[in-house]
Amino acid sequence: MTETIRARAMGRPLERLDGRDKVVGQAPYAYEQQVTDPLYLHPVQAVIARGRINAIDTADAESLPGVVTVLTHLNAPRLTGDGDGDDRELWVLQSDEVHFRGQFIGVVVAETSEIARHAADLVRVEYERWPHDVELSADRDDLYAPDKVNAGHDTDTDVGDVAAALADAPVVVDHTYRTPMEYNNPMEPHATVAVWDAGGLTMYDSTQGVHVVRQRLAPLFGLDPGHVRVVAPHVGGGFGSKGAPHAHNVLAGLAAQVTGGRPVKLAVTRQQMFSVVGHRTPTIQRIGLGAETDGRLTALVHEVVEHTSRIVEYAEQTAVVSRMMYAAPNRRTRHRLAALDVPVPFWMRAPGEAPGAFALEVAMDELAVACGLDPVELRIRNEPDVDPESGRPFSGRRMSECLREGARRFGWESRDPTPAARLRDGWLEGTGVAASVYPRIMQTGNRAWVRYGPDGRYEVGIGAVDIGTGTWTALTQIAADALEVPVEEVRLRIGDTDLPEAAVAGGSGGLSAWGSAVVGAARAFREKFGRHPSAGDEATGTAPESPAAEDFSMYSFGAQFAHVRVHADTGEIRVPRMLGVFTVGRVVNPRTARSQFVGAMTMGLSMALHEEAVLDPRFGHVVNHDLATYHIATHADVQDVDAIWLDEEDPRSNPMGIRGIGEIGIVGAAAAVANAVHHATGVRVRDLPITPDKLFH
Amino acid sequence: MRVTFTVNGSRESVDDVWEGESLLYVLRERMGLPGAKNACEQGECGSCTVYLDGAPVCACLVAAGQVEGREVRTVEGLADGGRLDPVQEAFVECGAVQCGFCTPGLIVQTHALLARRPDPSDAEIREALAGNLCRCTGYEKILDAVRLAASRKTGAE
Repeated sequence: MTETIRARAMGRPLERLDGRDKVVGQAPYAYEQQVTDPLYLHPVQAVIARGRINAIDTADAESLPGVVTVLTHLNAPRLTGDGDGDDRELWVLQSDEVHFRGQFIGVVVAETSEIARHAADLVRVEYERWPHDVELSADRDDLYAPDKVNAGHDTDTDVGDVAAALADAPVVVDHTYRTPMEYNNPMEPHATVAVWDAGGLTMYDSTQGVHVVRQRLAPLFGLDPGHVRVVAPHVGGGFGSKGAPHAHNVLAGLAAQVTGGRPVKLAVTRQQMFSVVGHRTPTIQRIGLGAETDGRLTALVHEVVEHTSRIVEYAEQTAVVSRMMYAAPNRRTRHRLAALDVPVPFWMRAPGEAPGAFALEVAMDELAVACGLDPVELRIRNEPDVDPESGRPFSGRRMSECLREGARRFGWESRDPTPAARLRDGWLEGTGVAASVYPRIMQTGNRAWVRYGPDGRYEVGIGAVDIGTGTWTALTQIAADALEVPVEEVRLRIGDTDLPEAAVAGGSGGLSAWGSAVVGAARAFREKFGRHPSAGDEATGTAPESPAAEDFSMYSFGAQFAHVRVHADTGEIRVPRMLGVFTVGRVVNPRTARSQFVGAMTMGLSMALHEEAVLDPRFGHVVNHDLATYHIATHADVQDVDAIWLDEEDPRSNPMGIRGIGEIGIVGAAAAVANAVHHATGVRVRDLPITPDKLFH
Repeated sequence: MRVTFTVNGSRESVDDVWEGESLLYVLRERMGLPGAKNACEQGECGSCTVYLDGAPVCACLVAAGQVEGREVRTVEGLADGGRLDPVQEAFVECGAVQCGFCTPGLIVQTHALLARRPDPSDAEIREALAGNLCRCTGYEKILDAVRLAASRKTGAE
């Protein structure tokens, strides 16, 4: 247990401190940072999925007025290192090899972005084409088991005797579920402005972590980390895709070395984002559930096949949700990868949990139907007393309360479980439920300082970022409570590597890590200077892991309910209502938190009904590589979406009592919609997204 | 070419504009008005919404030359000095802003909706804003903000 700080500002729905700048259009995002006399970049992309560049002719491009230079693998500055491991994604313009379609193979440096773009079209490339392979299937003979999966989880787990338990189970549900390749698509495309001068490299970047960008890029450019500064005061969303630097950052760093100190600006276009900034891997998941006739699970199998890129292994932890969610005594999980000639997959909101819980929670609904049980009741019956994976008690697991409270608010008790039995005005109506879970993640190595200013305010500095989550506001509230002063007396500084080391805004763990460091700094400050400091007094603090982390399993939980209407003739699906009930520890700011929950649930709705990137196996590219054809939920798709949370704090987690909220809202949301579609129509769709064609057989 | 037009009430001329440039490019890169955002370049997301002669348009789809002699109003031109427009106020108050990248476009679109329809129904709001994508908020708080702004604008008249 850690000593929690007293909540005075925490828990208040403080208005967003960055709100005013954003509504008047004055909050500077990466590309809008004021630099003197910049040049503009436009990448040249490979149009084959695998092969070698035989010749690259830049003469026409370079003769265009306004073009300064064109960099290719023939003339680009060399990167430092061996280009192995994860660096292979960043190893651009260093060789003639093409590993996926859309790979950066050159960059134009020009006086305007329009000239740069025009010139990029004039670069002529001759390739030696090699056969490529981008097709994922579960029966490939080259599937392999990675050493570990994302976030350091084991690849496979075996508990008990699953085969025997399945053979003996009176009720068995065993199906295959599929989720497609999906794209984060934050509204702000990735962008970076790079300046290379005597002092080193400065990068204004659209990123989820300034320090991770520095840590990854400094060695590539042969620079001491102290000579790389990364700045990101405002970031237009990320959802994981900005959790690490990508190839465009390196492209900008390379170009900035050849401009004689002039800054270079690179905005990745929406279309380019489909090749170079990560995506959610498609998954093929087998879920096998064995149960007694009363619904109690005896066996749970979760076997996942997914893709990774040939150059960098990214193994999504899709089945980990099945290791700790339910009390099945016999469990087996597997992750198998196909290494394909595709762009590098990466984090997308709740990597692992989001696609994994879709499969598991639809399977649980199928089990409820098979047992003739209410799906809320089925889940409550399978609630574990301790974490089935680690054997440790949960720091808090009020899953059943979330289910019951949600059921009460949703009017669940009057639900007739019969599928396809409610036709009103041409629309089939149905409701569905699913469970949500997301781990509490504590990232280490965070520091913060507190300074007392001559104006009587406390300046609090840490290299955190606000990607739209509300860091500016919520971290100010935490700092105020840690210092026991009103929020007006705190001036927060974030988004700069000149500030102390901070973890990436990811894994729903940003505020936990940064807040813990701020509390550490505030306590050190008060210990040293007491309640009446002098101007200039300063103290630094760190964020130690909670001692309880060794003894307790820490997760956030939730229950999601969805009401759908499916048009009986056209199959059009509308979602009149979604409700999420969450248990997440303390909520620091109800206003920003609600937006996080509801936004994530809406992304889950979008995952359920709209999102699907279509890879063309002939050419290896995503066909629908723009917002016209890669559909995300719009205002007209969304009706009543509400989120509530149980009033609590988790003192075992950290001094704020929080567990993190950014991702849990998407987990289970698509399953709740899919289950409601089944209830409405009697059609079980196990293959996302649920489009009308899948409802007619 | 030279393009002369009115931006946020002030007559401006821009030189050396390439014929293929968009209004969005001119505003952002040549005039120092970064409010309208560049997020899709094909009129799908609405992040670059500005007024052109009083009608909301996607600035990414308007060629720079098309605005010659016309009137453009951007999100930077909505506040009255230091006083926010009720739409801007309502977006902050309702928690309709997250990452903020879609916000300027949504604010101009909402401003236009309320100018032609002071008391819109929820269905009208959803339809009017369906061309402005937001990836963060889930839209619910945006709806709240539009309702609040509508009530304040109506009340103020």
